[in-house]
Amino acid sequence: MSKLSSFFNKNVQVINIGIPSFAEDLTRQGVANIHVDWRPPAGGNRKIQALLEKINSWQEKVRAAKEGK
Amino acid sequence: MQIDINEANARAIEAIQSAQPVLKGIGTCIDVVPGMKKNLILHAGPPIKWEKMSGPLKGAVIGGLIYEGLAQNQQEAEKLAASGEIEFAPWHEHDGVGPMAGVGTASMPVWIIENKTNGRKTFCTLNEGLGKVLRYGAFSEEVIVRLNWMEKVLGPVLKAAIPLVGEINLKNMISQALQMGDEVHNRNKAATSLLIRELAPAVLKTDFSTEDKAKVLEFMHSNDHFFLNLSMPACKAMLQAAEWIEGSTILTTMARNGTEFGIRVAGLKDRWFTGPALIVKGLLFPGFTEDDCNPDIGDSAITETCGLGGFSMAAAPAIVKFVGGSVGDAMNFTRKMYEITDAESQAFQIPNLDFRGSPLGINLVKVCEKNIPPQINTGIAHKEPGIGQVGAGLVNPPMKCFEDALEAYVETYCKDE
Repeated sequence: MSKLSSFFNKNVQVINIGIPSFAEDLTRQGVANIHVDWRPPAGGNRKIQALLEKINSWQEKVRAAKEGK
Repeated sequence: MQIDINEANARAIEAIQSAQPVLKGIGTCIDVVPGMKKNLILHAGPPIKWEKMSGPLKGAVIGGLIYEGLAQNQQEAEKLAASGEIEFAPWHEHDGVGPMAGVGTASMPVWIIENKTNGRKTFCTLNEGLGKVLRYGAFSEEVIVRLNWMEKVLGPVLKAAIPLVGEINLKNMISQALQMGDEVHNRNKAATSLLIRELAPAVLKTDFSTEDKAKVLEFMHSNDHFFLNLSMPACKAMLQAAEWIEGSTILTTMARNGTEFGIRVAGLKDRWFTGPALIVKGLLFPGFTEDDCNPDIGDSAITETCGLGGFSMAAAPAIVKFVGGSVGDAMNFTRKMYEITDAESQAFQIPNLDFRGSPLGINLVKVCEKNIPPQINTGIAHKEPGIGQVGAGLVNPPMKCFEDALEAYVETYCKDE
């Protein structure tokens, strides 16, 4: 409990990932923040994500074979 | 399969970067375009049957048949087009490109471009100007009269003039035009001026009448888009150099027929991946509304595929007065395209970005992973045949093309992973 109360008594420093409006709200309230423009791979499309994973897995094997692993 | 995608893509990019497209001359379509024949009509975009064609493409086919003397009027042309006697094929499958409807017929004069690096040739018709023109689906008498003049006067005069100048390096000319505010898709003002500077003295030295020579120079001078039909086959020549590099995920084609948008990928030989062409958002001429607009049409997205057009809008801030948006938008479109490309052009530099090379080599994997579609600027055709251009604007390809291509890529190369 004491750790939690000390957390709220400090200046909060925020890294916001994804939704920009969260960072904008904090900025309006004078809270220092860094916004990271992140979106889920393939816009969240599961089918495309699975295809991309196949390509990545294949390429990892190709690179490993080249390096003689 | 032991293919390193990064290496395959680097080979594709190197082939595009080292291409040297030059203007060699002018020929008649049936004499110089591979596989061309009297009953074949070439068109923009992926393959399409007559029944599925949009209004402007049907209009251009009607005009093409009347121009060739195969039909006397619209009714005869429609009957002939539907009869099965006329064949249709994409320009892209005949080493060429066509702006908007892109209709090419046997008798039309065509530019001949050669990539000096590999000796391969590409082709495109000559630009007719804006307004009521065949490429926007218009086929009235004034359109046919102009096409006949282009065949009988414009083509022959320029054909005689080009050898007097020698080969014109189009890559250098496009590079210069970017420094002068063009992006060589919807803004070709500087490039057209540079071309006239090269050709005008030679036109005067030909043996044609003063009246013909003056009319040729006036025609080029009156049409700010005259160079478009050279920037397109120049881009085609550069991208053709990356066909077909095994394992590469770099796009070699983006093209639309007014019904469907199609892409082709360096590592997926000859295959088209299509989705529905989208409506272009932009600035319309007075009196027209979005209801009048045909979906996206034309092979001119070959410029974007080569890092120009919408990808180089930062070099051409004045273009927003034609296609809509703000100068800030133009800068952001270019910046965003670096996220889906593998390289920066060595030849095409953007002054407003401290001479950074334009975003080059659209990578299918990056488009899918980041869910960012390529940015295209384009003209807008009326949806009904015979009317012509109604505006210009901005558009993206449907993501379906890329998703289908990615699935085919996995099926071809790594389905068992």
